[in-house]
Amino acid sequence: MKRFKDIISGIYIGFIAVLLYAPILVLIVESFNSSRSRVTWGGFTLSWYVKLFNNNQILEAFITTVLLAFGSAAIAILIGVPGALGIHAMGRKRYKTMMALTNIPMLNADIVTGIALMLWFVHFIPLSFGSVLLAHISFNIPYVILSVMPRIQQMNVSIYEATRDLGAGPVYAFFHVLLPELLPGILSGFFMAFTLSMDDFVITYFTKGAGVNTLSTMIYGQIKKGIKPEMYALSTLIFVLVSLLLSIGTGISAKKEH
Amino acid sequence: MNEAKSNFTSRRILLASPYIVWVAGFTILPLIIIIHYAFTDAGGAFTFSNLGLIFSPIHLKAVMFSLEIAISSTVACILLSYPMVMAMRHLGLGKRTFSLFILILPMWMNFILRILAWQMILSNNGILNMILSWFSIAPLKIANTGTSIMIGVVYDYLPYMMLPIYTAIMDINEDLIEAARDLGAGSLTIFLKIILPLSLPGLLSGIVMVFVPSMTSFVISDILGGGKLQLIGNVIEQEFTTANNWHAGSGLSVALMIFVLISMAFTTKEHKEGRESVIW
Repeated sequence: MKRFKDIISGIYIGFIAVLLYAPILVLIVESFNSSRSRVTWGGFTLSWYVKLFNNNQILEAFITTVLLAFGSAAIAILIGVPGALGIHAMGRKRYKTMMALTNIPMLNADIVTGIALMLWFVHFIPLSFGSVLLAHISFNIPYVILSVMPRIQQMNVSIYEATRDLGAGPVYAFFHVLLPELLPGILSGFFMAFTLSMDDFVITYFTKGAGVNTLSTMIYGQIKKGIKPEMYALSTLIFVLVSLLLSIGTGISAKKEH
Repeated sequence: MNEAKSNFTSRRILLASPYIVWVAGFTILPLIIIIHYAFTDAGGAFTFSNLGLIFSPIHLKAVMFSLEIAISSTVACILLSYPMVMAMRHLGLGKRTFSLFILILPMWMNFILRILAWQMILSNNGILNMILSWFSIAPLKIANTGTSIMIGVVYDYLPYMMLPIYTAIMDINEDLIEAARDLGAGSLTIFLKIILPLSLPGLLSGIVMVFVPSMTSFVISDILGGGKLQLIGNVIEQEFTTANNWHAGSGLSVALMIFVLISMAFTTKEHKEGRESVIW
């Protein structure tokens, strides 16, 4: 009976894994397809990978995407973590209000958030890399706050206060008491923010100016004419690299758990 | 001592000031501006007609279709997620990091590319029908239909349903389940009476995270609907990009926002505070 259940569980997990990874496999295969047509297999080639490194447009979009993800995640941490600490110290009513406001960007449809920010930006600042960065920070902060808040709730704030009472400066107390406690929350918040920013299309699409392209908006622009195969090559490289880094990371943290 | 303590607390609140400024500038102000656009016409006069556009037959049709896609996709995500989480529990794949890894990793392949890959899989002479033909099964004609949009939506948002349910179920104290089993409860009773009720906060987060985006996505329907099937997201996008009528687009957005808030109020009424952590 137990064996039977094991088999069923295994089959089901396999089914979901196929569902999640089938399209990714298709894209990886396409990156080695020498035929420009997506439906026919023209033989194995590495030429798209070579061409990728001569395609400045795609490389530029890639750099923009990474800078955006890294910058918006980092700034979201700098605003979100102190924000969460401050909100946690507030009275019940103000705490609830702030958390409700924090939930707005997560509850609102991306298209509404993107349009609302765009209408705001066109009145005051030029649509550019800067406006997209501001927009990404805005949707990243709630994820940072929501991943740090449980940590703050679990930790005993009195320890920080005791450290301070015993004469430690705020900087010392922050780095030696607070930060180690909050670090897992900060890291998962950063990772979430980075991932969401890399994968975002809708909000970038509405808040970007002409001439600014992330990988998402560039791919969207290519849909009608046909995706450049170099794009499959780049995506495959990103995917494989991140998988490797994450497996190493998970391996390390799994070892720590033991 | 007490005075010192309240001093710390009040100073700690100050830490939130940059965030409060941010919320005022980038959450509240944009909402005020979009609401302003929604309630004025091109000349700047007050009007309800932009908001009322949502009730015009062609827009209402898009809303109904969006609802159909959103509800069926959300239900499909729930039905796929519970067995997955239970299977992971059963196999002892309890490593939080591992499951997070499996579910988040696909996001590192650009989502538009992944949806385009589904188009290659589902198209009439695509990969799925090729595989079916090996087994002499008649080809499916699901390209450019609501079904294929739904498959794309379910695919894209499934992790957002699985993660919160997973977090909630893994938090359940094993002793509760052991006690129930000792008292003679079968697996089904344990699931219905213990696991399901205790996973509700996770389920509710999941519903919020899946329902709203699936109702308003416009890229998935663009690609998998062949450009003919319109979700309300497509309608709004076109008001801004091709029709260039920002007031109408804002009116539709605000109507959509009101609708979403109302439906979320029903879903999250039971969502007690103190479980904000449930999403991750």
